[in-house]
Amino acid sequence: MYNHILSIVLFTPLLGALVLLLIPKEQKNAIRWVANLFSLAGLLISLPLIPWFWALRTQSGFKFIEGAPNTWIPSIGAGYYLGIDGISFLLIMLTTLLGWISILSSWNAIQDRVKEYYVWFLVLQTGMLGVFMALDFFLFFVFWEAMLVPMYLLIGIWGGPRKLYAAIKFFLYTLLGSVLMLLAILFLYFHHHTVTGAYTFSIPELYQTAPQIPYHYAIWLFLAFFIGFAIKVPMFPFHTWLPDAHVEAPTAGSVILAGVLLKMGTYGFMRFSLPFFPQVLDPIAHPAVRGTIITLSIIGIIYGALVSLVQKDMKKLVAYSSVSHLGFCTLGIFALNQAGLSGSLLQQINHGISTGALFLIVGILYERRHTREIAEYGGISNVMPVYATITMIMFLSSMGLPLLNGFIGEFTILQGAFIESKAWAAWAIPGVVLAASYLLWLYQRVFFGPVNNPKNEKLQDLTPREVLCFVPLILLAFWIGLYPKPIFQIMDQPVQQIVQTVRPDLNKPVLAQTPIPSAAQALPVEAGK
Amino acid sequence: MFFLNHIWVIPLMPIASAAVMFFFGRRLSKQAVNAFCVGTIVLAFAWSCLAVYQYSSYAAAHDNAPFEKVLFTWAGSDGVMLPTHSGHPAPFKAEAGFLLDPLSAIWLLFVTGVGMLIHIYSTGYMAHEGGYYRFFGYLNLFMFSMLTLILGNNYAMLFVGWEGVGLCSYLLIGFYFQRHSASTAANKAFIVNRIGDASFLMGMFTIFWYFGTYRFTDITSVARSGQIAIGDPWMIAITLLLFGGACGKSAQLPLYVWLPDAMEGPTPVSALIHAATMVTAGVYMVARSNALFVLAPPSMKVVAIVGALTAIFAASIGLVQNDIKRVLAYSTVSQLGYMFLALGVGAFAAGVFHVFTHAFFKALLFLGAGSVIHAMGGEQDMRNMGALAKKIPTTFKTMFIATLAIAGIPGLAGFFSKDEILWQTWSRNDGAFRALWVIGFITAVMTSFYMFRLIYLTFFSQSRMSHEAEHHVHESPKSMTVPLMVLAFCSVFAGYLGLPPSLGGTNRFEKFLHPVFAAEAHQSAEAVPAKEEEHAPPIEYGLMLLSIGAGFGGWWLASRAYGKAGKGYVEPIDAAAQAVYTTLLNKYYVGEGYDYLFTGRKKLGPIRLGAIGLGEASWKFDANVIDGTVNGAGWITRLSAAFSNWWDKWVIDGVLVNGPAILAKMVSYPVRLFEWGLVQWYALVMVVGLVGFVWYAIR
Repeated sequence: MYNHILSIVLFTPLLGALVLLLIPKEQKNAIRWVANLFSLAGLLISLPLIPWFWALRTQSGFKFIEGAPNTWIPSIGAGYYLGIDGISFLLIMLTTLLGWISILSSWNAIQDRVKEYYVWFLVLQTGMLGVFMALDFFLFFVFWEAMLVPMYLLIGIWGGPRKLYAAIKFFLYTLLGSVLMLLAILFLYFHHHTVTGAYTFSIPELYQTAPQIPYHYAIWLFLAFFIGFAIKVPMFPFHTWLPDAHVEAPTAGSVILAGVLLKMGTYGFMRFSLPFFPQVLDPIAHPAVRGTIITLSIIGIIYGALVSLVQKDMKKLVAYSSVSHLGFCTLGIFALNQAGLSGSLLQQINHGISTGALFLIVGILYERRHTREIAEYGGISNVMPVYATITMIMFLSSMGLPLLNGFIGEFTILQGAFIESKAWAAWAIPGVVLAASYLLWLYQRVFFGPVNNPKNEKLQDLTPREVLCFVPLILLAFWIGLYPKPIFQIMDQPVQQIVQTVRPDLNKPVLAQTPIPSAAQALPVEAGK
Repeated sequence: MFFLNHIWVIPLMPIASAAVMFFFGRRLSKQAVNAFCVGTIVLAFAWSCLAVYQYSSYAAAHDNAPFEKVLFTWAGSDGVMLPTHSGHPAPFKAEAGFLLDPLSAIWLLFVTGVGMLIHIYSTGYMAHEGGYYRFFGYLNLFMFSMLTLILGNNYAMLFVGWEGVGLCSYLLIGFYFQRHSASTAANKAFIVNRIGDASFLMGMFTIFWYFGTYRFTDITSVARSGQIAIGDPWMIAITLLLFGGACGKSAQLPLYVWLPDAMEGPTPVSALIHAATMVTAGVYMVARSNALFVLAPPSMKVVAIVGALTAIFAASIGLVQNDIKRVLAYSTVSQLGYMFLALGVGAFAAGVFHVFTHAFFKALLFLGAGSVIHAMGGEQDMRNMGALAKKIPTTFKTMFIATLAIAGIPGLAGFFSKDEILWQTWSRNDGAFRALWVIGFITAVMTSFYMFRLIYLTFFSQSRMSHEAEHHVHESPKSMTVPLMVLAFCSVFAGYLGLPPSLGGTNRFEKFLHPVFAAEAHQSAEAVPAKEEEHAPPIEYGLMLLSIGAGFGGWWLASRAYGKAGKGYVEPIDAAAQAVYTTLLNKYYVGEGYDYLFTGRKKLGPIRLGAIGLGEASWKFDANVIDGTVNGAGWITRLSAAFSNWWDKWVIDGVLVNGPAILAKMVSYPVRLFEWGLVQWYALVMVVGLVGFVWYAIR
């Protein structure tokens, strides 16, 4: 099992989907049980990875390698080639956990076409895991595209009133990015052949040749990858598919979409954009590239938060808050130092936990009242106290309160960004204030006050199944908030490696750095002295 | 050294009890809740006393060094290296570490001590309220956060407590969450504090970038090593950013607006959080960062000026408020201003001393006010009170003592601490500081006036109560009055710990703090030099007499104005200058201004500004421009698809493919006429042909 753990984790959900195909579609409860069992199995089977990976955390390179380059379709150099490092390990654990939770949360929410729903969900799960495991570009691209179809169907069939618009928008927008990325992949592939004489899609091998591509080609390749990933993240101004997709998607779809799918973009930045194109990202030779991306990230942080503030639909509010949170993630990545990257990865996990929970929270009210209008609610904490408490904890985690997970991520990212530029941190930090504003205002309008709407008087508090969905998320939120050290230790090695590739000179001590940096760079507050 | 070594147990006790409340509180009886929640604080207080006692011998053995205990690395790790200002990379990490030195010892003692009294008081005050366990759970959570704030050994730990107390403040202000005003006040408190926190965070980032660590002891030793020049721009930036955080938490201009609204919470909360402990966190943080502040004289001036302005600004509003708790709230803002004034002039010990004495008499005033409100059945408007002195004598006596203390009547705690601040302000060798002294002096008169106004309107003058209210009035239970008496005792005698040499004392308080501020006394003398020769008794005694005059003067004015106030009494300020009175009554319209400019809750004509205004504009931009572009791209694609469809159907297929076919069809038509497929026709043609041929042949 140790040697094939990745394949086992990868294909358990797909196996579940195949088993589901054998069950008659009328037996809805049997289908639900089997789907839940397989998603739980998918989670449980991934758990041994934790101690196993922990033991190897300090080793460099990819671990648990399975298959080899060029073994699948040798004629073109594609291989069934899997492997993980600290970055993909954390995202895989997040995926198996959220996969289980979202399937568990769909028990009552999905009543039509139950069989197809679970089949597609499990296929989606395999697709997502594949993206994080693949070490072969061909395989990666297959998973990347394969994942789009189930998500498209989940939104398009089980979605809300404007589901078709949202599903098509999601599909086409993402596809546009993938096409550009495919072109860039092919360039790398042929370039590798030119240099070495061998055709291969193996990512570790491409790591060797890609950084040597001259800047005037590399910038276009970088851009092609960038647009593909930026759409997925989504970064401002490529974000407008997200609110539509979220609002229309079923609850579990939103959880997975926010929790895992968006992370493919940030994962892509960390796995491909940074190690492939250090020549483009060199902050001294080409400051404008990084500057532009950081600017977009900061706009995303503030703008997403401001738009959240005025939303009337809870789900849309949470969707826009994702834009803001993911802005922090990209800010951290392109700070290009260890704190920025570690913080960003941690924040990706945190976002999966908190925002995943927020979508569950919205979904629970929606299931009971079939509306997401904030104005329809008020005084909910009188009738649903357990729900109100859990919501408060997750809101606090989302707004970055210390001793909960969100703080560690934001704090680390902002410290990393600050080291690069005082101004970046200063511009991003109002996002922290705005996050508190939109979340607390939402909480006040939904939970506080007397129950004014008679329809809300008899709402049922959480069922044990619903509580079960939240328990792991709350435990993780506290654990990461209280003792994130193990996660930092897991991230240290891969993050160091990226920083080493992109900025080999960063952490070499610069002696006798005199004089004190000019005050022109100083913070705005200093102007008043 | 057991208690000192396990100092981290002190914050752990209340959080454990809070956890019990959140999980099982609903099922516990009130006695059980009391046993857990009050019991842990009593234990925490005892533990704190023992730890401080053990620290004194530790300090004697270790050259007054602070005691530090690091439990584990909390955020970050040794592997996360970041470049820093010095050119050497430093590991980004924040530890879960604890520190005890004289400064934190003082906070530790009065936070647990006053906290304990307020917990006991609350068992009486909240006895008939719903959500009893929830209240005590929050209160214990607060104690945990506050103790973490005090005992943390680095800025990150301090920030944990800092945000934690903010959260508890939010939860407790919004305790009566069904009231819209309460939940709004709670939000306001949290969000305004967050603005300060953002500034504080920037300060922390700058500190890490500059020093490569968040740890107090490391930072202090670098700051005191003489490597950093006085007036270093980065020290100014750091200290101003930290002070921005303090402005939020300690309610200074311009971020003070949340504190008066915070009075929506239950009164014990106002006493504990919004008077005695949490709001002094900003003072603690600045005092903790004293080594940095002395390197930044301009920041010190900012601190002093903001402090003095806040003191007089808030006191002036307090002159005319009618809600008993609001008077005390503005008084708290004003007194915090005094503390910052002290810090700003470099008199750190004097500022801390005022925090210490203020904790007792302000907690007492709030608890007394709570007792009055309790007696009056919830009435908070002083216009409907009067002549309560005989009906609730214990409350009256203790509150009167606290009033004497805060007003600066000689012999009580407040006199010594406030006088010390004023004297230190005066004795700075800079003319500008004399202006601050004048502000401080006027504020002292105002303080005395509004406090005695409160006393006269509540306890003396004529009864303005309704008959039912008058009938209802009763003295509070022992659980409430005993804490009042203990606090009254402290309000009298706490001042003698800091008796200045000029009055025959030795200022033991300042001596105790000496290890923390020692180096500053010397450095700040350079930064803000004092006129040593002026430290001569005659002026000090003269100023002291003036201070005494201020205290008694305010008392005299208040007694003249309100001594016999009956129904419909006249406010002297209203009579003298109505415009001034209305402005003060409306708190200078600052809240309205903020709503127009910053929050956007109110529209300025047709335009909405502030965060909500920006949000609406961004939302419109998003829906129309950005999404419009995306949809536009989709529309263009569909349009071009429709055109392609037309082109394909009519031009490519129509003209180019079907065209030749039609042409061929047209050309072939005449020929086709001969090929109709009708046998009769063929026969006819054959016959006609044959006939024709025959005819041609015969001819």
